[in-house]
Amino acid sequence: MMPQEARPRLAPKVRLRLDQKTNRYLLLYPEKGMQLNPTAADIVQLCTGEHTVAEIISRLAEKYSSQPREVIEREVLSFLDALSERALVRTEP
Amino acid sequence: MSGSRPYTLVAELTYACPLRCVYCSNPVDYGRHADALDTDAWLKVLRDAEDLGVVQLNLTGGEPLLRKDLEALVAEAERLQLYTNLITSGIPATRERLARLRDLGLDNVQISVQDVTAAGADRIAGRHTFERKLRVARWVKELGLPLTLNIVLHRENLGHVEEMIAFAEALDADRLELANTQYLGWALVNRSALLPTAEQLAEAREHAAAARERLKGRMEILFVTPDYYVERPKACMDGWGRRFLLVSPDGLVLPCHLAHTLPGLTWESVRQRPLADIWRDSEALNAFRGEAWMPEPCRSCDRRTVDFGGCRCQAYHLTGSAAATDPTCSLAPHHGLIEAARREAQSAPREPAAAASALLPEASALVYRSARLHPAGE
Repeated sequence: MMPQEARPRLAPKVRLRLDQKTNRYLLLYPEKGMQLNPTAADIVQLCTGEHTVAEIISRLAEKYSSQPREVIEREVLSFLDALSERALVRTEP
Repeated sequence: MSGSRPYTLVAELTYACPLRCVYCSNPVDYGRHADALDTDAWLKVLRDAEDLGVVQLNLTGGEPLLRKDLEALVAEAERLQLYTNLITSGIPATRERLARLRDLGLDNVQISVQDVTAAGADRIAGRHTFERKLRVARWVKELGLPLTLNIVLHRENLGHVEEMIAFAEALDADRLELANTQYLGWALVNRSALLPTAEQLAEAREHAAAARERLKGRMEILFVTPDYYVERPKACMDGWGRRFLLVSPDGLVLPCHLAHTLPGLTWESVRQRPLADIWRDSEALNAFRGEAWMPEPCRSCDRRTVDFGGCRCQAYHLTGSAAATDPTCSLAPHHGLIEAARREAQSAPREPAAAASALLPEASALVYRSARLHPAGE
């Protein structure tokens, strides 16, 4: 699991774009793409290498305040892990 | 039946290539297809494709770096926010040109490598190119561009998969495609020399799986099984005319690399009609969309919406009918053809027939890609 103080950044092979057909964000990488739901898109947009995992969780918790923080935290961490396993995000040393 | 939204445009910019790979995916008669689209025509293809929903662009060929207007295409793709992957032999690349393409917005460079030794690689490519490719792959990484290595597997190099992984690690590749030869086009001509045994495949697959686990998060490793060793066919191109849209060097709008080798279908060109109209209305594209064309056992099969009946080109080139069930399916009436090829691979010698005469096609068991084999008008 990604540590709270890690600063995730999208890997160089990844491109994020808005899909005109669906108005959803797409994460594009070699031969593949992933359609992001709004929460996932919020997380990915914060993967700039500037924000720590803890900060990303706080931002999301603020934005989706109707949801319990634990739920948000779990979602952020599992999504970041999935991205990291596929080498789509890296963490700054 | 009209087209769903395509996601990927495969732009085959030219069939010309400095290599003569014995498993080239270009049609055997590629010499008949001239490069017919100028820069403006390709730019329009990119814009029209994006309009249809395309978000991924594969710039390929042949060798796309032979096009002098590649820079203009990459710049337009960047403007359209397409994910642009350059699929290249690497041979004509210079460091300066790669840097320029990077600055214009190129997203990924995919270099083909034929084997991990110069002798093995050059024998398959029919040219001395291995060292050059190594240098180009290093430039790609030095320039900060993501690097995919694509190594096509067959009986002569399947035993080298561990070394291939080490090779990719040493180059710090971001992605390694260990893609078994699919036996169509030139590879079908050379099938008896290239088709591996089930044991060779199983061993290679294990090495790939172990490395995938070990390198998780660092390098993506893909292992693609040859169709000849699957129980059920693969969803070729994710289904005919569904997610992939291919434009050939002469401007034809195709569902895949080889559809223009199928008889009885008339392919339309972007020079004559807008891309969107062709994608929606082309009789050839609509011929194998949906399920109406399917014979039994596909028609009543639970997997018909999963594999879409497999590969139409494989069906035609093996059975003579493009509408037959893909013979790689163990339920297909023509599956015996696949079993016979596997038996032949099992009894063939492990060592290449003429390794000593590596670059002398006339003395070797391999047929090298050439425009002269099927010249125009033949």
